[in-house]
Amino acid sequence: MITLTLKQQPSVPLEAESITPDVVAGLDHAAIRALPVYLGKRSCRLDEFFDVDGAASDQIEIRGDAARVKWIGHGMTRGSIKIVGNAGMHLGAHMKGGAIEVSGNASDWIGAEMKAGTIKVAGNAGGQIGAAYRGSLQGMRGGTIIVVGSAGLEVGMRMRRGVIVVGGPVRDFCGLQMKGGTIFLLGGAEIRTGAWMFRGTIVSMKPLPLMPTFSYACQGVPDFMRLFARRFQEWGLTALPHDPAQGFYRMYSGDASVPGKGEIFIWQPAE
Amino acid sequence: MLFYGLGRPSYVIDTSRRENRLAMLRITGGKVYDPAHGLDGVVKDICIADGRIVADVPAGTKTLDASGLIIFPGGVDIHTHVAGAALNFARAMTPENQRHAIPFQRSSHHRAGIGGPTPTTFATGYLYAGMGYTTVIEAAVPVLSAKHTHEELRDTPIVDKGCCLLMANNEIVLDLLEQGDEERARQVVAWLVSAAKSYGVKGVNPGGVTAWKWGKNASVMSEPVPGYSKVTPATIVTALSRIVDQLGLPHPLHLHCNNLGAPGNVTTTLETMKALEGSRAHMAHLQFHAYGGDDWHTMRSASTEIVEYFNAHKNLTCDAGAVLFGNSVTITADGPWQHLLYQLTGRKWGNLDVENETGCGIVPYSYKGSNLVNAVQWAVGLELLLLIDDPWRIFLTTDHPNGACFWRYPEIIQMLMDADFRKERVQKLPPKALERIVLADLDREYSLSEIAIITSAGPARALGLAQKGHLGVGADADLAIYHQNPDGAWQFRYPRYVLKAGEVVVEEGHIRQETQGRQFIVQPAYDPTIEQFLKPLFQQTYTMSFENYPVEMERLERAEVQSCQAVAGA
Repeated sequence: MITLTLKQQPSVPLEAESITPDVVAGLDHAAIRALPVYLGKRSCRLDEFFDVDGAASDQIEIRGDAARVKWIGHGMTRGSIKIVGNAGMHLGAHMKGGAIEVSGNASDWIGAEMKAGTIKVAGNAGGQIGAAYRGSLQGMRGGTIIVVGSAGLEVGMRMRRGVIVVGGPVRDFCGLQMKGGTIFLLGGAEIRTGAWMFRGTIVSMKPLPLMPTFSYACQGVPDFMRLFARRFQEWGLTALPHDPAQGFYRMYSGDASVPGKGEIFIWQPAE
Repeated sequence: MLFYGLGRPSYVIDTSRRENRLAMLRITGGKVYDPAHGLDGVVKDICIADGRIVADVPAGTKTLDASGLIIFPGGVDIHTHVAGAALNFARAMTPENQRHAIPFQRSSHHRAGIGGPTPTTFATGYLYAGMGYTTVIEAAVPVLSAKHTHEELRDTPIVDKGCCLLMANNEIVLDLLEQGDEERARQVVAWLVSAAKSYGVKGVNPGGVTAWKWGKNASVMSEPVPGYSKVTPATIVTALSRIVDQLGLPHPLHLHCNNLGAPGNVTTTLETMKALEGSRAHMAHLQFHAYGGDDWHTMRSASTEIVEYFNAHKNLTCDAGAVLFGNSVTITADGPWQHLLYQLTGRKWGNLDVENETGCGIVPYSYKGSNLVNAVQWAVGLELLLLIDDPWRIFLTTDHPNGACFWRYPEIIQMLMDADFRKERVQKLPPKALERIVLADLDREYSLSEIAIITSAGPARALGLAQKGHLGVGADADLAIYHQNPDGAWQFRYPRYVLKAGEVVVEEGHIRQETQGRQFIVQPAYDPTIEQFLKPLFQQTYTMSFENYPVEMERLERAEVQSCQAVAGA
């Protein structure tokens, strides 16, 4: 286990894509301390900002308010990162495996264009979760992102595969131009959910203001909800309702302006 | 107000230092491949003084031991897109490509930049030099954005540069051809080439880009271009190639034919070649113009038909425009084709209108080995390189970044030099593709000497650059020194040393110093009264005033004027 304790808040966001299990797993203590991080255009040593403890491990623990530390876990393929505190932008972007856990809040672009692995945030997150970077055709292509709190704009923008669960409310344009995958909104969303979605599934536990390009299709409890309910248990989340006695999902299809084959399910509890 | 652009910006490293330019060097023990002088792997000393190759240097001069290494003249890229408004547009449109590209981090001897399909200016210089290339020709420049292009070329370090001017859809030129006034058209072309400080004349989809402004294309060589009654693509091609020869430009008309990329376009290409009889011409990225079949489902290679004609007509040269599988960005003045490509891909599309001169389209594209059309395109590029019997008339290009990035040339070299490796790759194509190509039957393997011809000696000769592409006395001391290694791709990707004007600029893949290359231009003679004809036209039709249109000589860094000599028979 390698422990990094933030000792000095960077004056501008610190770009620390070297903090990944893949990089540190084979390095001794001195080499980890000397890893490059970028403060603006200047290349600095990791130990200018962090107290480093431990060596040669694919388990990293970061302590302190790292809200200004960007790119933690960038492209990681294995191991784990535990952040006791907050995390900055682009956490776990492009990751291909392993697990990231944040006890505080995370920022924008977490899990952007990730392919596999798990990111779990106990607090709130920013926008563009699991999204495609500007210009890219596809966002996340696999893996799981769980945010217990709320999230910002464009959650799952252009995502292709994988699962995003947000406990609290999300803001506008959730599932923008979505191409596949599944988004669970336990706390509902603001406006324009599923705009331009081609395919994919958005499930909301709260009523949503839908765009006119979504049309009512049918209602019921699809079988896959049972499977997800089991995974919700594994993830330690509140139960996903799937018992027809408790209620049903109203399904809307769209976005007809693309034209898309996406689906939005909205939970309707039995009266 | 800032006076941007004129004069030397302070950040440009001054490398014209006297002591460096006078430095002498003797390279010993290397096997020299200099096809222009018939040297095929001869161990020979090469002596350098004042940036040029000389017969001898005094004893005691610094030596560079090249024992066990092979020495090529520095590479010359005859057709690439590395600077200008269109490329910048593509850079802005495709941030996703840059995100995964190789970054160049700033160091004491080079600047920051980024690679990928559309590298930044500084990175372009480093990547070309890093591969052993020392001269590049930007293939498509509208006069209206020539200033921008020259600014970017100035910021493209190490390599020597030149550019070709887009002329086959220039409405002033076409109007004169419509009136049958070819003499005045020649004066206009000469004035435009001089004004834009270009090195050659390029035709892109003659008449087609003009037609695109009406939402149309010019796909039949003998039919009048929309908006004209007499001018056809064939008359434009014939007249421009004749004008270029009469002006005596060192490089012949550089032509991108009509119907690029379309199935069955071999007919158009052959008609174009016939229209060029009696003049010199360079057929750009011939791969994109050598398809048979009637539609996308029946598209096949037509390289044998093209090659049969091409081999018999010595007035023509060409470059391959080969395709490699992977991500690219297509950038061309051929607006109508780009619109079609956009409809085929459903991806992003950029379209520019350059007033009376040309247009431009940009579409990101991925070539896939599993796609039948892409597989045929991939094969056609290699077929042309293998079937054209004279290596002095076909040159290695990928029409960067359209077919593939220039820094992937070594992959093509490997496939040319190793028939077994190539056939392994062919077998991976979809079985249906194998019925439509002839590549699987070709056994030819390039020798090192032939590689030196298609990457350096040949293009230098076609460009009329007497000081490039060879290692004889008087030549520029641009050398690429490679390891001798059976794996062609590795060998040509990482030269041991690259020398530009006698200075070591690259060592084992690392940039050692950033020098400033020269810019080749031509200044053909014209009748000064032509300005009185052009000026009122400008005031009527252009958004730029006539006085602001020409590129001032001061904008160019180290410009070198190449002389024009009328071509015999023109």
